[in-house]
Amino acid sequence: MDFESYDVLVVGGGLAGIRAAIAVVEANPRLKIGMVSKVYPMRSHTVSAEGGAAAVLRPEDSYETHAFDTIKGSDYLADQDVVEAFVREAPIELIQMEHWGCPWSRDPDGKISARPFGGMTTWRTCFAADKTGFHMLHTVFQTSLKYPQIHRHDEAFVTKLLVDNGRCEGVVAVDMRSGRFEAITAKSVILATGGLGRVYAFTTNGNICTGDGMTLAYRAGVGLKDMEMVQFHPTGLPYTGILITEAVRGEGGYLLNKDGERFLKRYVPNKMELGPRDIISRAMVTEFEEGRGFEGPHGKFMHLDVRHLGEAAIDRKLPFMRELGREFVGIDIVKDPIPVRPVQHYMMGGVDADISGVTPLPGLYAAGECANVGLNGGNRLGSNSLSECLVFGAAAGRAAAEYSSSAKAVSSNPIEAMLKDERARIEAGYLDKKGGEERIGTIREEMQRDMDAGAGVFRTRESLEKLTKQLGALRERFTNIKIEDSSRTFNTELTAALELDFMLEVADTITYSALAREESRGAHSRRDFPERDDAKFLKHTIAFRTDEIAPRLEYRDVRITNFKPQARTY
Amino acid sequence: MTDKRITIRAARFDPEKDKAPHPQSYDIPFSDDSMVVLDALNYIKAHVDGSLSYRWSCRMGICGSCGMMVNGTPKLTCAAFLRDYWPGPVTVAPLTNFPIVRDLVVDMEDFMHKLKSVKPWIIRKQEMPLGAGEHHQTMDQIDDFRQFSQCINCMLCYAACPVYGLDNDFLGPAAIALARRYNLDSRDQGTKIRLPVLAQSDGVWECSFVGECSVVCPKGVDPAKAIQQTKLDTTLRFVLPYGNRE
Repeated sequence: MDFESYDVLVVGGGLAGIRAAIAVVEANPRLKIGMVSKVYPMRSHTVSAEGGAAAVLRPEDSYETHAFDTIKGSDYLADQDVVEAFVREAPIELIQMEHWGCPWSRDPDGKISARPFGGMTTWRTCFAADKTGFHMLHTVFQTSLKYPQIHRHDEAFVTKLLVDNGRCEGVVAVDMRSGRFEAITAKSVILATGGLGRVYAFTTNGNICTGDGMTLAYRAGVGLKDMEMVQFHPTGLPYTGILITEAVRGEGGYLLNKDGERFLKRYVPNKMELGPRDIISRAMVTEFEEGRGFEGPHGKFMHLDVRHLGEAAIDRKLPFMRELGREFVGIDIVKDPIPVRPVQHYMMGGVDADISGVTPLPGLYAAGECANVGLNGGNRLGSNSLSECLVFGAAAGRAAAEYSSSAKAVSSNPIEAMLKDERARIEAGYLDKKGGEERIGTIREEMQRDMDAGAGVFRTRESLEKLTKQLGALRERFTNIKIEDSSRTFNTELTAALELDFMLEVADTITYSALAREESRGAHSRRDFPERDDAKFLKHTIAFRTDEIAPRLEYRDVRITNFKPQARTY
Repeated sequence: MTDKRITIRAARFDPEKDKAPHPQSYDIPFSDDSMVVLDALNYIKAHVDGSLSYRWSCRMGICGSCGMMVNGTPKLTCAAFLRDYWPGPVTVAPLTNFPIVRDLVVDMEDFMHKLKSVKPWIIRKQEMPLGAGEHHQTMDQIDDFRQFSQCINCMLCYAACPVYGLDNDFLGPAAIALARRYNLDSRDQGTKIRLPVLAQSDGVWECSFVGECSVVCPKGVDPAKAIQQTKLDTTLRFVLPYGNRE
């Protein structure tokens, strides 16, 4: 049997994945690269990033302050050597993006402009109006088209990592159009599959953000790190969850409660609207609980007000926000305040990987949101993630290229058997499944509601224990799902079921990791343990899969270099 | 409000079973004034019929996945409000001018080839080293190409284009707009290299300037303008081979 065979296979076609693929070409142009993505790459969720990408590019800025801001923002859970390397690489990567054609917004002298952002002490967030992710993704994707070494498998859904003799040797994927099961083999595999926001009901994340890569790695025995650290962005549109960029506050917007008060003065008096996301989201929920939020048909909300900035500035710097307000809320942000409330946005946790994207499984690498390289700790600062995708995508690409340049070829014997088994598993469990009563959509909606309620901005032992029981029951019910679609052609019921299976599994790593961290740090805020506890928890949580639902948890010390943990006030 | 209902007539086609597409009607709750056509499809898929297939992701008008014909007009379904189609029924069909893969999913491989064919990347005679820093570019220079860089590849313009409908070899609005985006970028020197594909018989000259592409674009891109500008460009190049920017 013949398989597609590559030197390096990238799973995921967003910013981190494409940057990784190009980095492989740059490192060794003789290598053959595969890129498999469940959507056309320009549909990847990078496209929804708005505000900007952080890097030290201005003379008044310094690596030290970017590193300190990131580490303090992480509530000291970031690995400091990783942060220090990141801040040095980020400017180079943003210049590279400029050379590739990214339409960065510019200062009057023609240089790349920057704007203030939450938790950053100076202006270092470079931007392309308020569609930065869109422009970066299209730029890097279009640039990737010039490399004949990169072979794409668009709209192919990866169901399993192929692991033989303790080494990752490729994936099994379903080609969505033909329904064909394929083994795509490679000497090394880079996971760049993005986040998992869809385990929550109220999220900025697109439909495709279902934690696939995290669960794939977890099932292959790789640990998931700091999964309790889930970011809630302060400003999502009620009902849809559409992201209103932090750049709105960066450009001078105010957050107001129903009394018209800039309530952040009680929480982050020195930073106000430019405080970090975790603290502002908690402040908003606290205000809601104390009766100072607006009430609407889709729950409580605050006002985000940019009217004082004026139409010209809004059209120049925040045109997409005006478009979103007009299209999706029926307001003109030049004249009306924007209704917003905290919304799941980003996963700090992810596949345990080091500074080069190396995971403990030989041949497997990870980058971008699906990975946890130790950059973001307990809370990511806005605009660090686009830069992270570039810096660590490139690092993973270089590391995988080096490994593949000398690794031995994959032997097809065990692969064939593994493909057969995986195909049989999916046919029996899904495509040819008879009977079953539970609707996928119902289980998914219940999971999402339960996650919102139990593992949201604030958690308690009680809320998390209840959640583990609910998720356990949903997993049980999942075995009784009904599949109505047995077609092999673009079967999106199959992919939705496989995604739900991934999500149910990864959700448990969030709840059990959160239960065990009996302290409050970054985005993980335990009402029953409101203080940070450095003596016990200046550590990463690593969750490993077991035969039970509950993972086995291990802990690893955070690496501290130059920045001693101190109280985190703004 | 809660007992309001609306009928969605979705096109169904499974090549494994069907000879031709056929409509299927779903009567669903129109429970919230904020509902869009995509929400209706998601409701059907989650609660009524799991086999309905369509593409979607960001539901904020930027990923470009969810373009479909809504009552005969190409639309992003995430931004097409049900209230605007009330009392219905709302007919949802795959984008016209494309082969249908399944239900509401069209085959866009042809566009992916065309996208690549215009060489949508910065072309320079000599790459500037990274250490030299960024190219300087003024906001005015960005304004030259800004609108053409807003294309989300949603394919609505191809569905609206009568020329593409008659001849799928036509390079088409989005690909030409993208070529224009790079040709107008002050950092780019590839205009001449992109010229052959634009000037060939299936390139800009096939456009009969109906302008529907610009009308349906959800992102304010004006592909019709890109095509007319490129026609002028290719003519000037013929008349004045050395008189133009690279």
